[in-house]
Amino acid sequence: MKRWTATTVAVLLLGGLTACGSGSDDSSSGSANGTGTTGEQTTLTVFAAASLTSTFTELGRKFEAEHQGVKVTFSFGGSSDLVAQIQQGAPADVFASADTVNMDKAGSAVEDRKNFATNTLEIAVPPDNPAGVDSLQDLATAGTKVVLCAPEVPCGSAAATVEKASGVKIAPVSEEQSVTDVLTKVESGEADAGLVYVTDVKSAGDKVTGITFPESSSAVNTYPIATLANSSHPDLAADFVDLVTGSEGQRVLAGAGFAKP
Amino acid sequence: MASRARPVGLPRWLFVPAGLGAVFVLLPLVAILSRVRWSHFGALITSDSSLAALGLSLRTSATSTLLCVLLGVPMALVLARTRFPGQRLLRSLVLLPLVLPPVVGGIALLYTFGRRGLLGHTLEVLGIQVAFSTAAVVMAQTFVALPFLVVSLEGALRTSGERYEAVAATLGARPTTVFRRVTLPLVLPGLAAGAVLSFARSLGEFGATITFAGSLQGVTRTLPLEIYLQREVDPDAAVALSLVLVVVAVVVIGLARGGRSA
Repeated sequence: MKRWTATTVAVLLLGGLTACGSGSDDSSSGSANGTGTTGEQTTLTVFAAASLTSTFTELGRKFEAEHQGVKVTFSFGGSSDLVAQIQQGAPADVFASADTVNMDKAGSAVEDRKNFATNTLEIAVPPDNPAGVDSLQDLATAGTKVVLCAPEVPCGSAAATVEKASGVKIAPVSEEQSVTDVLTKVESGEADAGLVYVTDVKSAGDKVTGITFPESSSAVNTYPIATLANSSHPDLAADFVDLVTGSEGQRVLAGAGFAKP
Repeated sequence: MASRARPVGLPRWLFVPAGLGAVFVLLPLVAILSRVRWSHFGALITSDSSLAALGLSLRTSATSTLLCVLLGVPMALVLARTRFPGQRLLRSLVLLPLVLPPVVGGIALLYTFGRRGLLGHTLEVLGIQVAFSTAAVVMAQTFVALPFLVVSLEGALRTSGERYEAVAATLGARPTTVFRRVTLPLVLPGLAAGAVLSFARSLGEFGATITFAGSLQGVTRTLPLEIYLQREVDPDAAVALSLVLVVVAVVVIGLARGGRSA
């Protein structure tokens, strides 16, 4: 009996570890990417909202090509996670948030803040559009399974703003944690429609179809970028912000569906 | 049994890693306690969303545990008491949810029971909609918790051996009588331990639920999902709810321990 108790405990631990692994990968990545100089290489650490993953990765490669001996490492995650890490002293040089609220939270930890992009909501439906959704009003139709972000996260508060401004009352079957979760439910056909950002629809390719709606203009999401006050490479950090806000950065962002601020 | 043997004593160096291990586990709990804002604690844990999440978690975990017992006891018996080709492989596969990241489990469930999954069409024809329902939460929890029950019970079955069962059979007891009157009472502590582990695992289930069932207050948003969401806007509430989850887990384990020694 003793031996088996030990085994069960071991198994429990194992299960606990894997359970943690799935949830914490976004938050642990911050501490691993220290800002520092190894040999002749300088590392610039950029904390950026998850929705910027593809555009910033591309811009990071350009930055490296233009700056000899500089390596750009990214920590992509939810803006609120990232700002929490910055407040806890995570070493970063640049922070790009998906909304102004989380940038505000960073307070005096950031400097030279600039808005560099905007994003609006779009209806995402599976390619065959099983519920025949055509407008925001259609999302309120009984029997249509609509998935939104929870009001607590930025995409959900944007959805709430749109609902309020348009007077359309949506009863979602699920309020997800993130845009990705909404998109997954639509891609898999589990949901008939979801509200996500224009850029998310674009990056999902042909797995979902996007439907623009005029009411989306009531919730335009602005992306601010800033350098960290305690950055050990303030000049490089400023250069990176210039790249993002400059013509090259704007071209890449526009390609992904972002609009100008 | 083992505790009645003459004490041998442990090598003294063993206490160092054992102590380190205990500190490693207990320190984060102390950290949570230190972060709780007691002045708001009552209000935070009695809010509508918190109570809905706690109630849902307890209900779904209890249902999942019941399902685990109903499915897991026969599974453990088959694995422990029979021999057939491919049994070792089958055991490894059945225990797979132990090592799979729960998110992977959720994706697998989605492609099995989802609207466009393997069984999705069949279920739709039958008028059953699993997606975004409390049933989906229970399924996700059962999926990840079932191996805990099977492993504990199979161990107990192997340790207790087949001697008494063989005697009962030679005395003329039918297999069902042997199972009911001999096997089950012998492994009851193991079964209880397994059920407690399953309940605890169901209570903590997060990844498979958020992937497969979604998140809606009172329907699919269990306590771990509520904690994860609250963290976005109100870290104090997240900490308070974390403490509630810890307390519930400790109470469950305590009850089970008490039940076993009594």
